[in-house]
This record gives sequence, C-alpha cells and structure tokens, in this order.
Amino acid sequence: MVQVEGLERLLLEHPLFEGMADEHRDLIAGCAANAVFEAGRYVYRQGGPADRFYLIRHGSVALEVHVPGREPFIVETLREGDVLGWGWILPPFRLNFDARALQLMRAVSIDAACLRGKMDEDHELGYQLYRRFMPVIADRLAASRLQIVDMYGHPDDYVRT
Amino acid sequence: MSGRGKTVIGRDGLADLVAILAEDGYRVIGPQVADGAVVYEPLDSADDLPAGVVDDHDGGHYRLRREADGAVFAHVVGPQSWKRYLYPPVQALWRAERHGKGFRVIEEPADDGRDAFIGVRPCDIRAMAVHDRVFDRGDVVDGGYARRRRDAFVVAVNCTRAGGTCFCVSMGTGPAAGEGFDLALTELVGDNGHEFLVEAGSAAGGGVLDRLGGRDATAEDEAAAEAAVGQAAASMGRHMAADAPAVLMANLESPHWDGVAARCLACGNCTMVCPTCFCTTVEDATDLGGQVAERRRRWDSCFAADHSYIHGGSVRRETSARYRQWITHKLATWHEQFGTSGCVGCGRCITWCPVGIDITEEVRTLGGADKGD
Amino acid sequence: MPTAAAATLEPMTPVPFRVLGMRKELPDTYTLDLAPADGDGPLHFAPGQFNMLYHFGVGEIPISISGDPAATDRLTHTIRSVGAVSRGMGTLKAGDMVGVRGPFGSAWPVDEARGRDVVIVCGGIGLAPLRPAIYHILANRPSYGRLVILYGARSPRDILFRRELERWGGRLDTYVDATVDRATGEWSGNVGVVTNLIRHSGFDPVDTIAMVCGPETMMQYTVEALRDRGLDNTRIYLSMERNMKCAVGFCGRCQFGGAFVCRDGPVFRFDRIAPIFRVWEF
Repeated sequence: MVQVEGLERLLLEHPLFEGMADEHRDLIAGCAANAVFEAGRYVYRQGGPADRFYLIRHGSVALEVHVPGREPFIVETLREGDVLGWGWILPPFRLNFDARALQLMRAVSIDAACLRGKMDEDHELGYQLYRRFMPVIADRLAASRLQIVDMYGHPDDYVRT
Repeated sequence: MSGRGKTVIGRDGLADLVAILAEDGYRVIGPQVADGAVVYEPLDSADDLPAGVVDDHDGGHYRLRREADGAVFAHVVGPQSWKRYLYPPVQALWRAERHGKGFRVIEEPADDGRDAFIGVRPCDIRAMAVHDRVFDRGDVVDGGYARRRRDAFVVAVNCTRAGGTCFCVSMGTGPAAGEGFDLALTELVGDNGHEFLVEAGSAAGGGVLDRLGGRDATAEDEAAAEAAVGQAAASMGRHMAADAPAVLMANLESPHWDGVAARCLACGNCTMVCPTCFCTTVEDATDLGGQVAERRRRWDSCFAADHSYIHGGSVRRETSARYRQWITHKLATWHEQFGTSGCVGCGRCITWCPVGIDITEEVRTLGGADKGD
Repeated sequence: MPTAAAATLEPMTPVPFRVLGMRKELPDTYTLDLAPADGDGPLHFAPGQFNMLYHFGVGEIPISISGDPAATDRLTHTIRSVGAVSRGMGTLKAGDMVGVRGPFGSAWPVDEARGRDVVIVCGGIGLAPLRPAIYHILANRPSYGRLVILYGARSPRDILFRRELERWGGRLDTYVDATVDRATGEWSGNVGVVTNLIRHSGFDPVDTIAMVCGPETMMQYTVEALRDRGLDNTRIYLSMERNMKCAVGFCGRCQFGGAFVCRDGPVFRFDRIAPIFRVWEF
C-alpha cells in the first residue's frame, strides 16, 4: 500500500530506528498509522493503558500533571523528531502523564500492544527496541532531575541550614 | 656595588650596621624574642637581636632554648615573615565621603617610610621574589607593595643551622642566598671568635659595607662560611618531592584528601605563617552617621568558609577541598600563574600546624611513595 | 575608562559614576545604566567583560556588562538581588552614585567567530553577560554565519530580556529558542532543560563557535551536549564565576586551578579548563 510505504520511509528516516534490520522495520511499519491532533487536544490521559507511542513529525505536545484546583503543570514538552510515550515498553504499561497537543500535531502512531506481542516472540526485536528506548527514558529522567535541581532558582531558597 | 670583596666584621659590627641603617633613615627591623617566639620587630639596637637563642621545630612543635655560644642567628624562622611589613595584614585602601547625592573617594595617603630588614633568611628572600611576581604584573601593580619593596634594605643571613621543619634545599631556595639582598651575612662562631662574613649584593649594600669597616675576608673565612652553610644543608631532615606539581594535579580526586581533612582543622595557620600566601578580603565600614565609608584590605585564608562564597554558598564547602586548594596552589598551579613555585621550603606551615600536617609528607603520600600510610 | 581612572595608579580605587536609569527586569533583577560623574570620554569594553561596582558603605561586587559595546556613553549592568550589595543597589535611583572599577577580564571570541556559525547557550541571568556579544554580532550580521540563541529559565515569568529575545527571534537571520524548567498550562513554549534545545537547532558543528553562560551545572551539561553534537573543546567558550574582591589578581579568591577568573577569565576557551571543570569543589 502506498501509505504503508510512506510510513516505512518515515520510520527509516527516524534516528530511533537507525540501523535496524529491514524485517524489524517492516514489522514496526505494520503496526504504524498516521495520526493528527488539533491544538489543545489531548493525545492521551494519565492512568490509561499505554498501548501506543508516537514519533512526532510536526508540532509539539506538552506532558502535564493535573493537580485539582490548579493550572495543569507542564513537566516537559516534546516536538518534531521526539518520541512521545515510553510507558508501553515497561510493565505495568500505563500512561504516566497527560499529553496535550500545543499546536496542530502530526505524528506516526505505533500500536504498541501489537508490537509487544511480537517482541515476546522475537527477542532480537525486543532487544533492539529496549536498546533504543532505554536512552529515551534515561534522557527524560536526567532532564527531570536537572529540573528538580532548580539551578536558576534564587539562592535564598537554597541556603544551607 | 662595593669595590671590596667579601668582608669580615666582628660581633660589634652588627651594632654598627643597625646604627648606620637607622642613621640613613630606615626603620630597622630584625629578629627578637617576644612571647616565647622569635618575631620580627623594630630594633632599638643590635642588643635586641636573639643572641644565643635556638628554635626547635617539628610538626606542630616550636620551642626556644639557649645555647652558650651566643650565636645571633642560630634560630631559623619564626611564626612571622616579612610579608607582614611588605604586605601588611590590614591595609587601608581608601575612604569615601558623602557629597550631595553622591560621594567622593579619597585615597589613603601613601606612607613613605623605609624599612631595613635584618636577618632575612634565603627562603624568605625567595618569598619576596615570589611576591614581586604576584604584586607587580607589569599591567597591574600594587603601588604600596612596589614602593615598600623598592625602598627596603635587605640584610640576608645565610643559614648555618637547619631547622627541624626546613626543606629549602629541595626547593632550591637555601640555605645560602644567591641574590635578592643588599648585604648577606654568614655567622662564624668558632675558635677564632665570633665574626660575620659580609657580602654586598647591591650598590646600596656596597655603600653601607664601605662604612662598616672590618677586614678583607681570607680564603679560610670563606671556607668556614661555606662549611657552616654546607653543614646546614647536609643536616636538613625534610625534602619536597621534585615531582610535586605533577603528583598533585594527577590526584585531584584522590580519597587521600578526606584523610587530610580528618586531621586538618581548617584553622588557616599555615596560610598566615606562609611567607607567600597572599589571599585577602576587603572590609567595608561606615561611621555611625553613614557619612564616611572606609575600605580595608585584610589577610584572608583559603581555609575560610567565605573565601569561595558565591551568592548562596561556598564553592569549597569541604575541608578536603580547601586543603587541596591550598596545597595545589602553593606547589602546582602557582607555576602556571607566576612561573615559580609558591613554596620556598621554610617549613613554617609544618611547625605552626596545630596537628602537625606536613606538606612534604602529604605530597609523598599522594605520590604513593609512602606505602605504610 | 574616563580620565578619572587613568589619574589613579591604585587599581583598587573606584571611580564615581551616576545612575542614569534603573529598570526592573524581573522581580529580583534590575538593570542600571551608569555614566561617569566627572569627565566624559567614551567608555569602551569588550563583550564578556565585567566591572566591580561599589555601593557606598556596603561593598563591592563583580557584575558583567550587559549593554551594547557600541554605546560608549554609558555602562549597562543587569544585576540579580542575591546579597547585601546587589539588594542595596536595587534601591538606587537616577542621579544616585556608585563606584566603578573596570572593565576587567577576558572577552567572548566575537572576532574569532567571524565567518562562522555562532551558538549562544545561556541560562537565567547568564543571558546578561552574553547580550553585548549578541548586540555586536547583530550589528555586524553579514560577518557571521548562522546565529543561534538558546535560552533556559526557571519559569516563563523568569525569562530575562523577554521582549528582546522575541525581537531577535523575529529576525529572519537569527534563530532563537527558549525553554523553562517549569510552567503551567498558559505557557505554549518549551518545557525542559536547555540542552534539549541544542539538538533541535540547526548549526554546522564543523564551523561553529559556542558561547555558554549560566549556572555551572547548566554549563556542564551544555558542554557535553555540544560535544555530542560534534563541537570540540577549542570551539566552546564559557564564562565562569568565582568569589572576587579585587578583580586584578591580588586577592587570590577567584582561582580556578591555575587560572584567575578575574584576569584569565571570566570567559575561557573550554580546553583551557576542561581538566578541572568537573573536579568537585575545585
């Protein structure tokens, strides 16, 4: 199909899948579909099952935590070229944040439930995907820690007691 | 420079030297005993000099005792150094007075007194040369230091006895002064009596020497002086490893710094007694009416918590980091900054450390030579 | 510096300057424009240099010059209120006086960067010392390749020189991207660390000069991200901060290894300090 060929090309071009075997890329392409989200729309909500991830092609998305009575707290934004969603790869396969499109967002959506099944059967595929997602997770963790450090904060807030 | 070669003066010649320098308008400063230590203070006469006083040094240990031979310069170095006079502990920088909506800055009048230093040890002469590089950079000069230094008359005394913590031989700074003095004395105490071999190192020194009288030195006098200095060199118990800079910079993250910190009290004694440590802070003060503000510069220490303070906290919070800063600066990074070591081997930091931390031993330990540690 | 500075040989003596104007930039940050109280003469400085500013009776602090190097009739400093002096200076009004010594220190490599792409990465108040370099590059825009300005702040309301960043970003010849550590729903910009901006900005790593200024931790991660993008240590410059009392190498406090930050810095080519940059508490 023309559309699948297009998605294959997109996957091929994405750094996340660089150097991956063709058969595995074909498998992933088989789980892929195009997705579009209007500005302000939620791509997903926290707490639900993490059954997909997205390769952002255009636009940006905010990962938010909702605190009742407050404005949504944005912990991170992602944009073109970034991977949205890693909850699908680690048990308990749950969505950890709300994801809201900040502008019109176009993405390749990948059905992870389908992929997880294939990873159980083909451990090489599983290894390849873990190898590629672990750095994404580690990067986010490191960034979050730096944000917690609050390096631009006023020294008065951090005087040793 | 004097046309004369080396000269020998008698014990009384010291009194003449002090008198001549005083007559020439110098405040004459020399070693004398006060509060159980040899200190450098203005001399009323040569009688103030510590004749017969010997100082015993070890890590965290300093005691004076008497020797019968009456040698004037048998002691080595006390807790002070000459930086006390060339770069005083507190220096007024300027005053500012309120004036309308603003203020006027009034520079402190420069003092123009001249000091003669008697009994400057070779290590301390090197320390002055080190400070010359610190305070006179060509583009920026500390005017007060430069003037005091230029006008100072330096009477060196070559060491004929090694102190218990001395290591000048390994630093190449002693026990004989090669340069940097107006006059250099070597004390000769022996069967022939009590004399001093005197050498002029400058025109000013030569002029004073001409007025001192004395007799021409013989080959025997020079041999005796050489032997006395050589004896001091031979009996020196400590030495600094030649590769200290490389050892320190290769071990910036060694666990040994924690070992030093377990003993170091971060008291800063080593920096106060060191003849080359030059860190300062500034203090601002106003009168009660807030009309006059003063700015003073005061000796400070890299062991003080606020030495490295930047908005909110100190860069070097741990004693280990402060000790590392001190020793790496003194022995390693000083070369990068000023083309010389900041250590002159005087041993004061060892003697006056309340817990006896030994700079030479720390380098050896870091270098792995001391396997027993 | 005006003639008053040349008249004194004492490097520790400040020259009186008048406050021309005071602008509040952020709740804890303000900008002072200063002109010599006596004498005139152009005030020259190189982007990246700093002055020692004296507040009557309180003390003296090192502050980078944040103004346009081409504007030689004034000295502009952007100051965050973090201590007794900086808080005190925050109460000054036009016509009041401060003491000035300087300018001191090394400069951003705006000449070496000619003909190359320039990536400026800054965080928090770190934009202030880089603003003179940005002014200089924009005033000589054809001499430079791509200009990328990446800025990180604590939150949207802590973004320094926000209108100016937006104006620069509006230029076709300048890429500006900003991010904050924390934000709420009204913010439509980036949230995340400033290093994340690097991979999204296009520049030619082979022929780029990077200038970095911000909290030391931010600079550590930024240097790594730039190196990951292919910049070597000789193409990365950063501005260091240490305690300073004299600014002329006499007080010994600003030592960073063999360097005096006041004389050899504050701007360092990274290869000069790379061996000690990440040594704890050095």
